[in-house]
Amino acid sequence: MRVIGKKTVRVDGRALVKGKPVFADDIEIQNLLHLKILHSPHAHARIRSIDASEALAMEGVVAVLTHEDFAPHYFTTAGQGYPEPSPRDMRVLDSVVRFVGDRVAVVAAESPELAAEALAKIRVDYEPLPAIFDSRESMKSSIVIHPEPGATGIYDAERNIAAHFDVEIGNVDKALEESEHLYEGTYSTPYVQQASIEPHISLSWWDENDRLVIRTSTQVPFHVRRIVAEMLDLPIGKIRVIKPRLGGGFGGKQEILNEELCAAVTLKTGFPARLEYTREEEFYAARTRHPQTVKLRIGLNQDLTINAIDMDILENTGAYGAHALTVMSVTAQKTLSLYRAPNVRVNANAVYTNLPIAGAYRGYGAPQGFFALEVLMDEIAHDLGVDPIDLRHKNYVRVGDEIPIARVLGEGREGFPMKILSSGLEECLEEGKKLIGWEKIRSKPKSGIIRRGVGVAIAAQGSGIPGIDMGSVFLKMNEDASFNMLVGATDLGTGSDTALAQIAAEVLEVPVEKILVYSSDTDLTPFDTGAYASSTTYVSGGAVKKAAEKVKAQLLELGKKLLDVKAATIKEGYVIGDSGEKITYREICTKTFYTDEQTQIMATASHVSYDSPPPFNATFAEVAVDIETGIVTVNRIVSVTDAGQVINPQMAEGQAEGAIPQSLGMALSEYMIFDEKGVPLNRDFFQYHIYTAIDMPEIVTKFISTNEPTGPFGAKAAAEIPVNGPAPAVVNAIYNACGVRMRKLPVTPEELLEELSKQK
Amino acid sequence: MRIRFVLNGKPVETDVSPGQTVLEFLRARGIHSVKYGCDKGECGACTVLVDGKAQNACLMLVHTINNKTIETVDSLADRHHLHPIQREFLERGAVQCGYCTPGMILAAEALYREDPHPDEAAVRDALAGNLCRCTGYVKPVEAVRK
Ligand code: FES
Ligand code: FES
Repeated sequence: MRVIGKKTVRVDGRALVKGKPVFADDIEIQNLLHLKILHSPHAHARIRSIDASEALAMEGVVAVLTHEDFAPHYFTTAGQGYPEPSPRDMRVLDSVVRFVGDRVAVVAAESPELAAEALAKIRVDYEPLPAIFDSRESMKSSIVIHPEPGATGIYDAERNIAAHFDVEIGNVDKALEESEHLYEGTYSTPYVQQASIEPHISLSWWDENDRLVIRTSTQVPFHVRRIVAEMLDLPIGKIRVIKPRLGGGFGGKQEILNEELCAAVTLKTGFPARLEYTREEEFYAARTRHPQTVKLRIGLNQDLTINAIDMDILENTGAYGAHALTVMSVTAQKTLSLYRAPNVRVNANAVYTNLPIAGAYRGYGAPQGFFALEVLMDEIAHDLGVDPIDLRHKNYVRVGDEIPIARVLGEGREGFPMKILSSGLEECLEEGKKLIGWEKIRSKPKSGIIRRGVGVAIAAQGSGIPGIDMGSVFLKMNEDASFNMLVGATDLGTGSDTALAQIAAEVLEVPVEKILVYSSDTDLTPFDTGAYASSTTYVSGGAVKKAAEKVKAQLLELGKKLLDVKAATIKEGYVIGDSGEKITYREICTKTFYTDEQTQIMATASHVSYDSPPPFNATFAEVAVDIETGIVTVNRIVSVTDAGQVINPQMAEGQAEGAIPQSLGMALSEYMIFDEKGVPLNRDFFQYHIYTAIDMPEIVTKFISTNEPTGPFGAKAAAEIPVNGPAPAVVNAIYNACGVRMRKLPVTPEELLEELSKQK
Repeated sequence: MRIRFVLNGKPVETDVSPGQTVLEFLRARGIHSVKYGCDKGECGACTVLVDGKAQNACLMLVHTINNKTIETVDSLADRHHLHPIQREFLERGAVQCGYCTPGMILAAEALYREDPHPDEAAVRDALAGNLCRCTGYVKPVEAVRK
């Protein structure tokens, strides 16, 4: 292959290193109104009245919107396929607030400072209501968080269950009873934040043709258009959503978070509007990973093959149910796809609490599930006295295996049959074992104050959502043999525009620079469900490949006509006839524009996949535990991934390198803390610690090449899979280092010390 | 109040409103490479060079730059050539979303002006104030070291 699998610099890279104005907020707009949101100070309260007269009387304050300004439409902010699997339990602004940070009112003023000043002048009379902060209490509580009759899609509002499913394959009770070995454990993960460095930002204005333009940092421009249209009773055709470059998303921008407020202000006032979250708002009023408590029971046969897995998921979705059902169905579906187990069962409940809203975050439920599964597998291996790597080798799925759970558990509905057609998992484990120096560290006797240990975890993910994710592309040719490629797919900083350009360049046999990518704009680019679920390379890439093949076929046909030959081939920018006569792409395009066979060479294509082949990963962690302070230092992470044929090795490495500190954060340093009234306490980067350049361990990433027959040029997804392994690998390494088993994240020095003291 | 300073090589004399930060001031002047990330000196997205030293523009009030020299990433490249640090960031895949990139490049530039042969620890130290959520700092550190 010419460009696939080769280093290619990012198509948007030059602009980015030069600091060009490519992000949502990098434009100047006249007469812009700045919006600020009044957030609830109460975890749960009814609004008796709002008096905004003093705020409105301020010079330069143009509008204040409250729940009285909005029809009681219920919707979900989750940017997902339609009809959405998430409950419709939210209004633009409501007369009940359900967490500290919920939206009460929005002010539009001539400057951000004025808007902030005006917030302080709005008088709200709240009637505080009792609140729930512990997800274990939600189902039994007499407090009902969503009693409103207009909400739809809530599984059991009375019991605060936003979403529920249970499935069983085989007979789990019987299998567990018959198993030679039975193990169980309960594992929990905290509230963590996507923390993209660019906050949520959107702008809106009326264009010269009276259409509403929304320029926003989003992963899902087409869902933004659909949902805003619905919220504000506008025809879809009246709205244009522009997605410029994104300063990171990680799932946090798979959400309609403030676009509708900008749009509402523009509708009401006629003026352009801008709303940017502060970092503090990002922490309590954006989205988070769903905290989960996962209880697992695993039964093994005498030969240490897994006979049954029983899984119980309690998911905290916060005050609203965005992604509630689908995140935990991914938890179950991905974790239960990893090992061959004839009997599996899941009982999953997503419950409401009066805490911040959870949403989509890289891995989408899988990191929570693999944390539970991979720590329990480690416990089993230690208890049975076998090498944790060998226990895994005995049990993971292999090429040719059917994955029955994929058929019963789809995106909030039934899924599609799945069979493993490619897997490099065995090599991932063996390669990682070598790179980390497994045996040497593992078996070294542990003594002294600083104890070194090593741990492993393996994982799977998907490549798009089967039967749901759809990508499309429009490709047209120019006279200089360059091609405009308009894609609905949304590069959120992952480099997907570059990967898609490589796929087109490979098919068309032209240099990558000849593919001019534009993404995405609902007026100009065809539909795409958006950038989530690791779908872009696999699904949108499939569309690009088809469109490029169509264009290539046109080039060949027109080339033959222009050369006046019966048969010809394409090579490196030429159509070459049987007896060696040639014509360049340039000549073909120029002639077909102006003189011969006049036509525009162009094609569109869409792609949807009913397969979602799992990429696989093995992650190894080497840690040092200080048994006097309880401080865990991660010295090294080795992450080996099978992402099929990697399209762009440098960018794929970058995905793994970036995913690792996110998972280490969840393992050791990142978690949102709330006081007894549900007030979030850590609202900045000093208090909420994400990894910096000096915190990083040594990182070794590697890709094992396999060929996925259903993917474009053999590719599978690469962006989410590496986020699953580091947290469980670290916890397993801690056990190896000091014999303490931590089942709750994050592992704090205090809790580790406490466990260590029990040991003595 | 009226201040004078040099912005990316050009002398500027202008009235500023007290209380405005350098970040707000520069963005309002159309210098969009200086990014908002936190407004508290935590993330480094707003890094500028003040008399050659990397500083967080969100923490500086605009009157404090009177008589100083301000550089942003916009001044590093000319139309055709990237600055060597920019080139390394591009070539080595140190840019993902690119939102932290201008700040990182300026932090690296400040380091090189002080120490033309930094070791890895010095590079990590220099970048410690620049948060990046995309790269894990692996490729940015490589890019700065070359
Ligand atoms: S915006 Fe200045 S340090 Fe974050
Ligand atoms: S590249 Fe995205 S924050 Fe650094």
